[in-house]
Amino acid sequence: MKRFNSLDFDPNHTAEFVLEVTDLKKWFSVRRSIFKKLMRTPPRFTKAVDGVSFKLERGEILGLIGESGSGKSTLARTAIALEKSDEGKILYFGQDLDDLGPIGLRELRRSLQMIFQDPFTSLNPKMTVKQALVEVGKVHKELGKNDEGTAFLSELFRLTGLSSDLSLRKPRELSGGQRQRVAIARALAVRPKVIIADEIVSALDVSIQAQILNLLIDLRNELNLSMLFISHDLAVVSQVADRVAIMYMGRVVEEGKTHDVFSSPQHPYTRALLNAHLEPSVIHREKNSTEMTDTPLNLPVSGGCNFKNRCIYAKHECGLVDPILRQISPNEPAHQVACQVMPFLNSSKN
Amino acid sequence: MVSSNDRRTEELLRIEDLVVSFPKENMEIAVLNSINLSVGQGEIVGIVGESGSGKSIACRSIIGLIPKPGRVSSGKIMFKGKNILGINKAEERILRSTQIGMIFQDPTSSLNPVFTIGDELVKTLVNSGTSSKNHAVQKSIELLERVGLQNPSERIFMYPHELSGGQRQRVMIALALACKPSLLIADEPTTSLDVTIQLQILDLLLNLRKETGMSILFVSHDMGVISRMCDKVAVMYGGYIVEFATTDSILRFPQHPYTKALISAVPKLTLDTQRVRLSTILGEPPKSSNLPSGCPFGPRCTSRQTSCSDLSMKLELVSGVHFSACPVERSL
Amino acid sequence: MSFFKQRTLSTGVLIVGFLFTCSIMLPVVGLNKPNAIDLPSRLLSPSSSHFFGTDGFGRDIFARCLYAVRLDLFVCAVITFVPMIFGVVAGSISGYFGGWFDTIMSRFIEMLLAFPFLILVIAVVAISGPGLTGVFVAVLAIGWTLYGRISRAEMLVIRDQEFVLAAKTLGFSTTRIIFRHAIPSLLRSNVVFSMSDFVSNLLLLAGLSYLGLGVQAPTAELGSMIAEGQQYLSQAWWIAVVPGVIVVLLGSGLSMIGDGLADRMTV
Repeated sequence: MKRFNSLDFDPNHTAEFVLEVTDLKKWFSVRRSIFKKLMRTPPRFTKAVDGVSFKLERGEILGLIGESGSGKSTLARTAIALEKSDEGKILYFGQDLDDLGPIGLRELRRSLQMIFQDPFTSLNPKMTVKQALVEVGKVHKELGKNDEGTAFLSELFRLTGLSSDLSLRKPRELSGGQRQRVAIARALAVRPKVIIADEIVSALDVSIQAQILNLLIDLRNELNLSMLFISHDLAVVSQVADRVAIMYMGRVVEEGKTHDVFSSPQHPYTRALLNAHLEPSVIHREKNSTEMTDTPLNLPVSGGCNFKNRCIYAKHECGLVDPILRQISPNEPAHQVACQVMPFLNSSKN
Repeated sequence: MVSSNDRRTEELLRIEDLVVSFPKENMEIAVLNSINLSVGQGEIVGIVGESGSGKSIACRSIIGLIPKPGRVSSGKIMFKGKNILGINKAEERILRSTQIGMIFQDPTSSLNPVFTIGDELVKTLVNSGTSSKNHAVQKSIELLERVGLQNPSERIFMYPHELSGGQRQRVMIALALACKPSLLIADEPTTSLDVTIQLQILDLLLNLRKETGMSILFVSHDMGVISRMCDKVAVMYGGYIVEFATTDSILRFPQHPYTKALISAVPKLTLDTQRVRLSTILGEPPKSSNLPSGCPFGPRCTSRQTSCSDLSMKLELVSGVHFSACPVERSL
Repeated sequence: MSFFKQRTLSTGVLIVGFLFTCSIMLPVVGLNKPNAIDLPSRLLSPSSSHFFGTDGFGRDIFARCLYAVRLDLFVCAVITFVPMIFGVVAGSISGYFGGWFDTIMSRFIEMLLAFPFLILVIAVVAISGPGLTGVFVAVLAIGWTLYGRISRAEMLVIRDQEFVLAAKTLGFSTTRIIFRHAIPSLLRSNVVFSMSDFVSNLLLLAGLSYLGLGVQAPTAELGSMIAEGQQYLSQAWWIAVVPGVIVVLLGSGLSMIGDGLADRMTV
């Protein structure tokens, strides 16, 4: 028996976007010594997320591609309200996250779930599969106090392809792929509408990755879920995402339909990523690293474009103005790029 | 026995029928089952496999770094014609410091955080007798330049935590190269690096091979990286080598069902707007304590036959230098 | 688990279990009364009627030992596990929330730990008179801090673990997260520590009673029995030695349980 009808997010499906993030910023201040604090030296910030905007439509899988330092994990945590943002708006079904009190937040959690990268540490090591899943059911009043939850469990097992003889096992008795399925089942147990998947296949063997990706697509199709799929792996994202956004040092540098972005990448970073992507094919044997210079990522970047220190196409104006996302062609309306120089505008593929 | 028939290259390393096992409850569990492999002078040989395949143990057994209580049960490891299994500690130390270098996956935990990278390099150079104290600092700077680290004369005063992951890995390579080894063992050296940095490190290793003629044994789970780097590849599964061939041959004409399944299961960059189901391998990789009899891939193999549970898993020559342990599927 | 480690736990359990069972069973069977003074039978060496002999007042040492073991086990259980519960809860809450509450709690714990313990016992004794009250109050007031420290330190790590974050995203209440998810994971170190704490408390109690600060005559307690027996060491060594041996046995058994549990209680 659902007890929160009044706060059930968007029962009539009126909101245009399931998730809308506008100019999100999350900065972490670097710890200063007592001395510097006394001297009132202004604090330095790590701009983990520095003005990110995107929209997620109903039933859509949006791929977020970023490497280390891109801010993708911080973005995920802020989006799921595990951390507070410093600036910017997050709207779920048109409802502002900041306007929700703790009760509203608790209700929101029924619509929004997250699956983490490491399936081993994201499951409670001391609970069996059955206990972990039934607990969710009981907390969210899907199951009564004395309900064994048999139907509940078998539905979740069916959805995630788990066999029922795993229900009494603890995480350490499961394989990586099975654990990740349990984590997905647990997220599905609250019947969410939006799922944020943070590198969910990165820790799995290749032969298992494809199983989980197929599962994700099936779930999206069956339950009409919307997903934010975060990964550093271009191939993985290209297999599941309808649209992609590429992040670099806290900002989105390129976004658009997956096909458009990967067939005619415009941002130098996107091209570097594509160039560096290796697959077991004879063609990939000839690749080499010409697309970027080797400047370490942890150098503080002064102004303008964050990628300028590594970009071989960088010009003087790149350090002056922060680039903003702009549409490049009316043929691809969703395809936007944040680059002053746009060196590839008149060529399509590499 | 597998060896490179290429007469130009001398054989630097040859692993013969190596078996490594771990004792468990009065039994010996084999994690490496009689593997045979060879690396020629100036060759880059790759070992690819998923978790539990035994690839890490294989490369660690060469320099005696098998974690206890594992041990070599039988077999030989011939390095420059001499069996290096069972040599005494002193000889092992010399081997590790002058002949064989090793780089690991996580440069963060492999570099001592208490020492500057200059200290580490100088220590390595002096202790192995490669350089005198007076010249060690200069040599260190040269080495860092060689591995592409910018501003080496400033960097030698830095501590590992002041460098990025890619830079640390370059330092690791410099340390491994310090004593001009003839063989470099690389155990997942780029796995924890960003993909753009990974490409640079791989290029660096390829250039080093070209310049110095050193051989590399490259272990990875990433088939794409292996394809880029290696002249020859050994595919491992369940503690066995199931296929061994030149990279070209394996990519064009994979023989073993596992190799074929592995290559097709790797997610590929696709421009299809239609969502096509990815090909998967049903089931999970086996644990070494629970290997099926005969071919370990049997339970997951679509071409399985009843005779597969009695298979001896010997590598048979299919064609040229292409070897496979599967008698069922042959298409060369 | 290797051969020896298995033995440790079971040996420990055997020893302590045996002593415990004896101490509760046999007084029911009703042999000699522990406090029955029988002056003509003073300082008798061990015999069939007095298994461990008699002391300076003719009391049966065997009976006194049994009662002493019961008393010691009971008192030490209370002064070990009650502070443990309190300390685990306080430390976990403090570690989970952090902030000013945590800072205050940490300073408070440090302050209490720095306090000279014996002085506190003496102070309480001075107020309420000699007896077990002093021991109870002093240990309960200070004993929890060690568990608080352990739990807080562990909680600082656990609260950032992904399964705790997952519990948050699943909408679980903070109470449930702390008590159902976080605390079970930090129990292990506390339980292991409690075993050595138990042994320390046992020795503490024996020592205090020896000094006359804890258990008062004529109650039988291992430490006070040793104290009483000191003067008779040359004539009737059993009066002091037998309780001494039992203290050692009990302490060793408990330590073995602690060691065995430490290995057993992995996730």
